[in-house]
Amino acid sequence: MTTQFQLVVVSAGTSDPSSTRLLADRVAQRVATLGTQKKLTVDVQTIELRELAGEIANALVSNHIGARLQKAITALQHADGIVASTPVYKAGASGLFTSFFQILDNDLLIAKPVVLAATAGTARHALVVDDQMRGLFAYLRTVVVPTSLFAATEDWTDTGLNKRIDRAALELVALMAAGFEKTVRDESWGRYQHEFGSAGGTELSIDLDSDLMRLAAGGAAN
Amino acid sequence: MQFGVFSVSDITRDPVSGETPSEAERIDAIVQIAEKAEEVGLDVFAIGEHHNPPFFSSAPTTLLAHIAAKTKKLIVSTATTLITTNDPVRIAEEYAMLQHLAKGRMDLMLGRGNTAPVYPWFGQDIRQSLPLALENYNLLHRLWREDVVDWEGKFRTPLQGFTSTPRPLDDVPPFVWHGSIRTPEIAEQAAYYGDGFFANNIFWPKEHYMRLIKFYRQRYAHYGHGTEKQAVVGLGGQAYIAKRSQDAIKEFRPYFNEAPVYGHGPKMEDFMEMTPLSVGSPQEVIDKTLTFREHFGDYQRQMFLMDHAGLPLKTVLNQLDLLGEEVVPVLRKEIESRQDPETAKPPTHALRVKEKYGDKPARQPRPNANRGDNVTGGSPYQDAE
Repeated sequence: MTTQFQLVVVSAGTSDPSSTRLLADRVAQRVATLGTQKKLTVDVQTIELRELAGEIANALVSNHIGARLQKAITALQHADGIVASTPVYKAGASGLFTSFFQILDNDLLIAKPVVLAATAGTARHALVVDDQMRGLFAYLRTVVVPTSLFAATEDWTDTGLNKRIDRAALELVALMAAGFEKTVRDESWGRYQHEFGSAGGTELSIDLDSDLMRLAAGGAAN
Repeated sequence: MQFGVFSVSDITRDPVSGETPSEAERIDAIVQIAEKAEEVGLDVFAIGEHHNPPFFSSAPTTLLAHIAAKTKKLIVSTATTLITTNDPVRIAEEYAMLQHLAKGRMDLMLGRGNTAPVYPWFGQDIRQSLPLALENYNLLHRLWREDVVDWEGKFRTPLQGFTSTPRPLDDVPPFVWHGSIRTPEIAEQAAYYGDGFFANNIFWPKEHYMRLIKFYRQRYAHYGHGTEKQAVVGLGGQAYIAKRSQDAIKEFRPYFNEAPVYGHGPKMEDFMEMTPLSVGSPQEVIDKTLTFREHFGDYQRQMFLMDHAGLPLKTVLNQLDLLGEEVVPVLRKEIESRQDPETAKPPTHALRVKEKYGDKPARQPRPNANRGDNVTGGSPYQDAE
């Protein structure tokens, strides 16, 4: 019996194809191959943030989620694993990349396994993934695999990059296969902070037994 | 069903003419807009409350009393009255006074206000906004229903033997709508007291409002005020109308593009698709408005935002002509024929008097002679035991 997994690739690369996308695709392919060996079927879906740039900017300033952006958010909501890849600009992840993840509900990605990847023109940016991107994904309460991927121009001719891609892919597959996300969500979902209608509109439980709810029903404030 | 217009009282530069109206001009204009609303057959006019430029409406009851005096049938209301930064005692007094002067042709909508700097100007803190709103309303609700109130809470000086005067007209408190975009506690409070719930419906996709209205309806029934269908719901909406659809789009686009809240953001066409905004012919506005009841259930009050974003007075008055003459009459007819017979009637003072007293005369409180305080002795009113 094989288990079906959804892998979502998010790329903030700007050209077509971009090295940022290329790096993410190599991870995705590796995840699919490793998955097959472990009797997991991995469906790969790719989100090119470049195509959503206008909707992302609108969402940031007006809260309006356009139709294509909504599709991307829904894909992430159902993802079993994520590969998030961005170019480095001015010593940080692309603003398009961070903007996209800043729009998401805080609880949309809880416990989802993630591979982080970045590309740059120089190796001097190598710590951007670990120093900056991990913080964002920690805030979103994802579980980021131990191996961060970074490719400067010279890395594309270095077999060391392939080795790191293999490592990251295996770490992701291990987390997906272990059902980490499901366990956390099934057993601990209520312990994370939620807003009414968050988690992509699925979080609809209302605690009627709170101090504020008692106050709403004519009680006294604590 | 009631139809009306609401204004946030923004003073915005007209992006087409480049002119910014003075405060005096805008205040004159809003009175004309309210009078026009009555003239074209609308039921309600509501004004917002703000305490910072570029808005003018810091004293809604003063404005609404003036409008009530100049009109005959129009219900005056707010959108919204700040239940956080206003002392609930002052709300009780001011709106009861307005209720008397307007002969019952008024109600009010409560909102929290989301501009952080406003709170400290009134000695409050936005971080406490929700418990503050809930506690303040609990007090306001009592002030209009009990002649003498002893009260102690977290946010306000305690009250001992306090009587809010004047007592509500006919001893029937003003009807209250609770406005909320995303807060279940506010919907819960509206349901607990059997008050109305208003979803501004303008900014976010309808799914957000559908969830909250559904919750409010369930809780309204839970507290025994009636069935879910009998809960009292109001909705906002936004329209720009012209005889020909393409004219509406051409005329409104510059105002949309520079509108203070959503301007420089989404394209108007996308905004129309995602929100209740209708820009088009009367028929298009009718068709879109008729979809609201399919999403939210039958409801009692539909308000339109027509006066904002720097639209000149002449245009707004013309819009009201189209709304009142070509859109609302069709909506009334269509909605009446489709409405569930169980649906509650829209709230009016006359209806609420009837509900409380039936055919008996309403209570008319007459105070006893001044004895200096309400703490000692019984009620300050002659009809109490």
